[in-house]
Amino acid sequence: RPFKVDNQSKLQLVTDASSTDKVPVSLHISILHRWKNYWIRGVLSLAMISGFFLIIYMGPIALILVMTVQIKCFQEIITIGYRVYHSYELPWFRTLSWYFLICVNYFFYGETLADYFGALVQREEPLQFLARYHRFISFALYLAGFCMFVLSLVKKHYRLQFYMFAWTHVTLLIVVTQSHLVIQNLFEGMIWFIVPISIVICNDIMAYLFGFFFGRTPLIKLSPKKTWEGFIGGFFSTVVFGFILAYLLSQFQYCVCPVGFNSETNKFTVECEPPDIFVMQEYTLPAVLQNTLKWKTVNLYPFQIHSIFLSSFASLIGPFGGFFASGFKRAFKIKDFADTIPGHGGIMDRFDCQYLMATFTHVYIASFIRGPNPSKVLQQLLMLQPEQQLSIFHTLHSHLRERDMLPPAANQAE
Amino acid sequence: MYSEESSQLSEQSCCRCITVLWGNGARCVVCLCCKGVSFLSSLFGYQGSDSELKVEKDGVSDSESKVDSGLPEVPVPPDDTPEVLNKALSGLSSRWKNWWVRGILTLAMISFFFFIIYLGPMVLMMIVLCVQIKCFHEIITIGYSVYHSYHLPWFRTLSWYFLLCVNYFFYGETVTDYFFTLVQREEPLRILSKYHRFISFALYLTGFCMFVLSLVKKHYRLQFYMFGWTHVTLLIVVTQSHLIIHNLFEGMIWFIVPISCVICNDIMAYMFGFFFGRTPLIKLSPKKTWEGFIGGFFATIVFGILLSYVMAGVRYFVCPVEFNNDSNSFQVDCEPSDLFQLQDYALPSILESVTGWTTVRLYPFQIHSIALSTFASIVGPFGGFFASGFKRAFKIKDFANTIPGHGGIMDRFDCQYLMATFVNVYIASFIRGPNPTKVIQQLLALRVDQQLHIFNSLKAHLTEKGLLPALEEAAA
Repeated sequence: RPFKVDNQSKLQLVTDASSTDKVPVSLHISILHRWKNYWIRGVLSLAMISGFFLIIYMGPIALILVMTVQIKCFQEIITIGYRVYHSYELPWFRTLSWYFLICVNYFFYGETLADYFGALVQREEPLQFLARYHRFISFALYLAGFCMFVLSLVKKHYRLQFYMFAWTHVTLLIVVTQSHLVIQNLFEGMIWFIVPISIVICNDIMAYLFGFFFGRTPLIKLSPKKTWEGFIGGFFSTVVFGFILAYLLSQFQYCVCPVGFNSETNKFTVECEPPDIFVMQEYTLPAVLQNTLKWKTVNLYPFQIHSIFLSSFASLIGPFGGFFASGFKRAFKIKDFADTIPGHGGIMDRFDCQYLMATFTHVYIASFIRGPNPSKVLQQLLMLQPEQQLSIFHTLHSHLRERDMLPPAANQAE
Repeated sequence: MYSEESSQLSEQSCCRCITVLWGNGARCVVCLCCKGVSFLSSLFGYQGSDSELKVEKDGVSDSESKVDSGLPEVPVPPDDTPEVLNKALSGLSSRWKNWWVRGILTLAMISFFFFIIYLGPMVLMMIVLCVQIKCFHEIITIGYSVYHSYHLPWFRTLSWYFLLCVNYFFYGETVTDYFFTLVQREEPLRILSKYHRFISFALYLTGFCMFVLSLVKKHYRLQFYMFGWTHVTLLIVVTQSHLIIHNLFEGMIWFIVPISCVICNDIMAYMFGFFFGRTPLIKLSPKKTWEGFIGGFFATIVFGILLSYVMAGVRYFVCPVEFNNDSNSFQVDCEPSDLFQLQDYALPSILESVTGWTTVRLYPFQIHSIALSTFASIVGPFGGFFASGFKRAFKIKDFANTIPGHGGIMDRFDCQYLMATFVNVYIASFIRGPNPTKVIQQLLALRVDQQLHIFNSLKAHLTEKGLLPALEEAAA
């Protein structure tokens, strides 16, 4: 019997009118193909997760990974923009989009490097010059691109060019800012990089599995495959997963310490005295739980409490990033952002739920965990006028004396 | 050979149509219609440059619209100039009329500018906020008319909500910097400032989730376009206005001189172009000429030097704006920094022989003003070209009709876009160091062992420079 493959790669049995037996074969073959699809997705998921852990093992070189992902996401979105606006015949615009990407990256990397590699930068003369006038140089580079854009406006294509200009900028705003927030989280401590990303991945997978086995009520019209059962099941399992993962990772100095750069050995060092939130503490259980579990206190890392908040955000608000991307794909009538990963679509498809997570983690750290960066404060201090430095010195002196922090020797020497 | 079969001037629709019969029997209807005529022309029956030729032959429309196919047309905003001006200016010819209107309004705007400077920093901040809201409103309205988004009720709300969020974020950062002591005193303000970023982010997220929930099945693309449009507008308009406010707090001179340089460049380039203009500058703006550009450049530099000389002597303009906690008001009183103290500069020998002076007394700020004027004349116009390209892209004559003869607020501020950012970057790179109050604030927020470490480093640094021992002896 002849078989026909239609464009959804499902085998269909083509029978002539006189044939009498129809049912079982096509059903089996389409199930086979469905399982093949699952296999591919499953294998590639495992491959990506292993790749993730390998990069983590290699250390803060995960920077390079973040950079590569960012460039690929940018390229995917810009390509969609090109297709939507049929902009292939505007040669300048590809160049300009990539130029703006380089400018914005230069600006952000310069700010990050100046913060963390302070000592290295002070040593090298050209780097010192670049660091001092960094904002001015970045702005000048951006302006050059802006002027090139204005000069490249072609008479009949004004509107197209303005659209692509706006498209580029919105993409930069979304993709590049987020990736730099990810890098700043990374420098805070690798655990702030690993745990949020793992939580989002876990939520994805758990929501999918719960939806697959128990899914009945649809969640939102935008993504018909999502269900309330998957949503709620994913929420609870992600909170538990985050809790356990936080417990496992908080023990390692490698994950917990801020990434520092050792100027002498010219390498990254990840060694320190773990901050308070990674030191186990005793918490007294509320009476309700005391009765059920018969424990009075429990030993937890404070970070595990924080991980509950991170998990809640990842499960409740994170999916909105996914809905946004789904709406975007429907708006521009595309199935996937690209075909980079077989079975999964493009890189953007994998990272759509991560958009908001990186910003949330960064804002969370800035608001609840971290104070200002001491080396940055020192750097600013040294840039002030001498009389301002003196007045700050005296303020600090009296402040520390109030708290009895000054060693007696220092008091006597003065 | 053609014959004119019918010719009628229709008063209401302002169209004159003739039917042309060609020798071979073909027939064309040619209509001369008036679209978007300015109030002066319509007042005097002048149907000149703004008319549009529509030729309909077998239903084939104008070829220019095919380029941007699939993109809707922008309706022309109605003309709502005040009747007062119409009546006052009746009786003069239309071209001079136009100039009179522009001239009067330019003078009105400049006087208003000086008036609000006199009123002080607080009023200036309010004015900047109002201008920003009006610019945002103008651009969003254009977006609406381009995308016929009137029937998406959520989107107006969402755009204004995002504007509110971003303004809250920026004003919060500014207020925390400059009103530090006031904030620390009041308990609710202290909490708001401590978790400021988190609260702003939560507010923004709410807007984002509302957007996702408001996506309607058939209007996805429209809604994403409007979302993108809103964000780009916020990026351009709101960020710039906050940089202006930062410049203002640095010292009113950093607010007045850049804006004046741009206005002067506009006016001077226009005048030079009017009297000497011959070679066109760029296809985007056919009225600009090279003579106007270069003449405006030199004139602006001279104007900048003179204006900075006049202003640098006045303490009101030169001092950073501070908030006095005891009197709960703004004060602008200080010891002028080195930048605003007269210094002797030795002239290069060329100028010495020409002018016969060996040295000249200048404020260092005047040297900086040359850099500012250069930027305003050379790169500033690109902001204007950008706005011209934008108007041509969306086929609008002006952003709005707020100011008669000049168009909308955006039309007046298009060259200022880049100037505000440039001044802010210039100050951050070449003039100002970090803010000492902010540094103290950060210092006190650190952990005690970190504070000790910084204390020791600072002590070593100051001892090295020889600043410390003398004062310590005096204190002891």
